[in-house]
Amino acid sequence: MEASEKVFERMVHEHHDRVFAFGLALTGNRHDAEEVAQDTFLRAYRALVTYPPERIRGLKQRAWLHQIALNVVRNRARGMKPQLVALNGSEPDRSAGPEEDVMRRADMAELAARVAGLPPRYREAVVLRHVQELSYDEAAAALGQPVGTVKANVHRGLKLLRGDDDDNSHG
Amino acid sequence: MTTLTDDLKRLGAVKAPRGFADRLLAHVGMADSYARFNTVLGPVYVAWNRNGVSAAARMASAVEFEAWFRKDVGRQLALAGTPADLAEKITDELHGRRRLRFDLRGLTPFEQAVLRKTLEIPRGEVRPYGWIAREIGHPAAVRAVGTALANNPIPYFIPCHRVVRTDGKIGNYGGGGPEAKRSILTMEGVQLKRLEDFAQHGYRYEGVRTTRVFCFPTCYHGKVANERNIVRFHDAAEARAAGYRPCKHCRPAAA
Repeated sequence: MEASEKVFERMVHEHHDRVFAFGLALTGNRHDAEEVAQDTFLRAYRALVTYPPERIRGLKQRAWLHQIALNVVRNRARGMKPQLVALNGSEPDRSAGPEEDVMRRADMAELAARVAGLPPRYREAVVLRHVQELSYDEAAAALGQPVGTVKANVHRGLKLLRGDDDDNSHG
Repeated sequence: MTTLTDDLKRLGAVKAPRGFADRLLAHVGMADSYARFNTVLGPVYVAWNRNGVSAAARMASAVEFEAWFRKDVGRQLALAGTPADLAEKITDELHGRRRLRFDLRGLTPFEQAVLRKTLEIPRGEVRPYGWIAREIGHPAAVRAVGTALANNPIPYFIPCHRVVRTDGKIGNYGGGGPEAKRSILTMEGVQLKRLEDFAQHGYRYEGVRTTRVFCFPTCYHGKVANERNIVRFHDAAEARAAGYRPCKHCRPAAA
């Protein structure tokens, strides 16, 4: 196996849960989260095999993968046709880990859907900072925005999630 | 205030579905996918990747199959859904219609040559180990052919059960022992009793009086002849002396 493939294999084992959770928070359902994670790692793989060894060594994997995943989600949103939602509950999420009991999964699904309902700029900022727990610097790097903008968007996004959307009424 | 950020943090701790890491590796071609298929032989585990089918085995459980594959083939393995088109191809393959590609990358060139040659034996026919050895240009390597077939990672699909001993005895079978070999060959239409009786009397080849051609006893071209026009030979020299030439289809002897 080539060196880049070894790096990739370790990357998958270390980050697949995190990238899946990221996709879940951004899209609001497990099926799309799986697709986002698959596309993210496929892009990562294709990039890695072209990188020289020193670039692979210097890679900040966590931030890099988040950046790729962010692009995947944005491109999907752009090309997306209106989705027909299956009403018979046939969403293929039967394979979750045993530690997640049914109640908790229902709560998580509800929260994920609420987060996914935020306007993109608030959603991305909130998810990077509070779901994925990146620092403001890392989040700003992944988003390609100034730290101040990210802070403002996180703040505003949290307010929207609390249903506390009264910024304007305070004047 | 804290509960919302705590909940968000918990959302970030959600785990991917079981086996997801292996599926990701399969997605980029670094692991093989596998599924259980119901076939005419009963349930069979089949592994594949973008190069083709890479392994098959009748095993009691997925755990057993995964352990065997990781050890013997040496790649990662991810449980996949059963793709409808693959299921169809597998069914066709087991009924003698060749549609699958095979991934034999991990094998030696000799082993690959043996298995590729084995793929040429039609359903309902058998060939001796020595025939494979001669056809691939290693006439003395009969024993090595036996070993390569015993280690066939894709039994049933690469029909190593169609290779039998030169004395007409059925020989060993990696895909489930001599009994499994007998039942698969019988299912494919080989008349084992006739074949064994033939060999026990010291015969190797059958000739057809009207065409003056001699064949292996299961060869399609010999089977269509009327039984009373069939003559039996102990070896190629005897057949040639009687004015018969070797069949161009089953190639019973070097021309």
